[in-house]
Amino acid sequence: MQELKVLLVDDEEEFVTTLAERLSLRGMATRIATDGEQALRAVEADPPHVVVLDLMMPGIKGTEALRRIKAGHPTVQVILLTGHGSARDGIEGMKLGAFDYLMKPLRLEDLLEKLHEAGRLAQAAQGNS
Amino acid sequence: MSRLERFRSLFRTALDVPEEIAPERYQALRRKITLLLTTAAVVPLLILSVINYHQYRATLTREIVTPVRGLVNKTRHSFELFLAERASTVSLISQVYTPAELADERNLNRIFRAVKGEFPGFIDLGLIDENGVHASYVGPYNLKGKDYSSADWYQQTRVKGVYVSDVFMGFRRFPHIVIAVQRMTDDGHSWVLRATIDTGQFDRLIASMGLEPESDAFLVNTAGVLQTASRFYGAVLDQLPLPMPPMTYETATLETTDPAGRDVFITYTYFQHADFVLMAVKPRADIFKPWTTLRSDLILLFVTSVALILSVAFGLTDLLVRRMRASDERRIAAFVQMEHTQKLSSIGRLAAGVAHEINNPLAIINEKAGLASDLMELAKDFPERDRFRALVDAILRSVERCRSITHRLLGFSRRMDVNIEQLDVNDVLKETMSFLEQEALHRSITTSVSLDQAMPRIASDRGQLQQVFLNILNNAFAAVPDGGSVTLATWLRDPDTVGVSIKDNGKGMSDEVLRHIFEPFFTTKKTSGTGLGMFITYGIIRRLGGDIAVQSKEGAGTTVTVFLPVKAAPTATLGS
Repeated sequence: MQELKVLLVDDEEEFVTTLAERLSLRGMATRIATDGEQALRAVEADPPHVVVLDLMMPGIKGTEALRRIKAGHPTVQVILLTGHGSARDGIEGMKLGAFDYLMKPLRLEDLLEKLHEAGRLAQAAQGNS
Repeated sequence: MSRLERFRSLFRTALDVPEEIAPERYQALRRKITLLLTTAAVVPLLILSVINYHQYRATLTREIVTPVRGLVNKTRHSFELFLAERASTVSLISQVYTPAELADERNLNRIFRAVKGEFPGFIDLGLIDENGVHASYVGPYNLKGKDYSSADWYQQTRVKGVYVSDVFMGFRRFPHIVIAVQRMTDDGHSWVLRATIDTGQFDRLIASMGLEPESDAFLVNTAGVLQTASRFYGAVLDQLPLPMPPMTYETATLETTDPAGRDVFITYTYFQHADFVLMAVKPRADIFKPWTTLRSDLILLFVTSVALILSVAFGLTDLLVRRMRASDERRIAAFVQMEHTQKLSSIGRLAAGVAHEINNPLAIINEKAGLASDLMELAKDFPERDRFRALVDAILRSVERCRSITHRLLGFSRRMDVNIEQLDVNDVLKETMSFLEQEALHRSITTSVSLDQAMPRIASDRGQLQQVFLNILNNAFAAVPDGGSVTLATWLRDPDTVGVSIKDNGKGMSDEVLRHIFEPFFTTKKTSGTGLGMFITYGIIRRLGGDIAVQSKEGAGTTVTVFLPVKAAPTATLGS
């Protein structure tokens, strides 16, 4: 199995770098972005298997970034993060093609499980293409 | 200020009541409106009644007095006719016969008998010569030779030619009058023919007036001496105890009070050719008997009308004020409800905002601690590894604890997505109840269920409803003592709403607790509660488009009623 490429997008740099390090420790190729634009550029430069995307960000909103990512790279799977009280954004995200969504703070096991599921899907799709 | 405005401000002033929603406001309103309505209706009625009263009275007086006047007038004519006839008869005799013929008592006797036959009432007849001495006499008394030269009537006859006396008793001890006619012989000797008339005829004339027993009629002379017997005012020749009315030949009426204290109407007329006054006296009470009846009718009508107006005014005002009060109270209740809803929604927003803001730093702590743990585990040789592992685990456990609080505050259920399906509320309720069967059995809590089986299926979220019912049931079970009872009921409130009530006979809540029941972190379970159960319940029900109400009385138990829409609320499909 190919190394899982993960792009972590969150405006909380402390959060995103720490999470990236933890995932790296678990054998994933992680990159980070702290806003929507960076994330889009990173996806363009090298499409990852999975994007972990915070919905609440300054600049391009999470949902907008999701829409653009899915538009350009339908095989890239997106897991949404939300710290907000409403499940609405999550459900809306699912409708826009997100793989799943998780609430902050994360349980690492939950994230790893979703990452692997999404990763398998993405790898299969990208391998076929 | 225009006239209209002035009028309006008058009304405003008249109906000035306290604005505060208190019993005084409605009492004042009721009092003032009633007073205004009553005054507006009763015053014109009163004025009308007073006018009517006086007009009726005037009309009635006229109508009743007029016939009496006619009668008095007619009777006077009869009297005058009677007197005129007698006077004419005497006058005729004096003209037909010479004094010489009349001086012969045989002739006089014959004439007397003829006259007496034609005209009842003649008592005697006599000739008085120029010296005033009775020259001849026919009658029951022996008056021949009696000298009248100094008698008043004789003098007056000599002056007037014809004389009609007042009534007097004379020698005969019954009332009579004298009619005397004076004549002159061709040779200038004066003589007088004198007749005495029985006034029993007068009584008959009076009787023919046909007066009621309460009324009286009599003849008096101008000096106020009764000429005929009266019913109430004395016998013949008594002084009339009433003042003499002013002299008039017209028939007139006046009101006065008689010595017996009765209010009377006196109808009277003066005779033209004699010093007599005919009087008819009617008691006013008698005259006004029909008037009294009419007056009591009028009073009855007035009183009835006023009673009717009052009852309508009171009834109408009562109705109006009641409605006003009910509407005020509804408005206040709606306002309070709205305030409550707004407060809860503000609290909800605040809680969600705080939770959200805390989630981000919490996530950082979580990851940092996680990374620390990762690094520690990966390091080959880490001093005091166990100690640090314990520390990191404690941090992670605390984060987990915070996480569960913020997630509950944010209204996340285990199943994040709202999943609307057609479901049977009764099934969901029974299902939820089954979770608590063991506890009920263990604590011998009676659960009775009264479910409306005919209820429609509703569009809602099974999981969330279960959570709601479980929260409420948990509270109910916590409130009742062992052996208590919990009653469940469902019903269709209206075609669009189903009701679910969960009632317990537990310890109940004070008003103060009830006021805060839906607020987060409000708990009465000092050790075991998070204070989020009812807050979350409220949030879920609002999201599902429903409503929740709690009634409680300390010591008597609590009833929680949940209303759910049959059709899914628009918000429910997407969560809050």
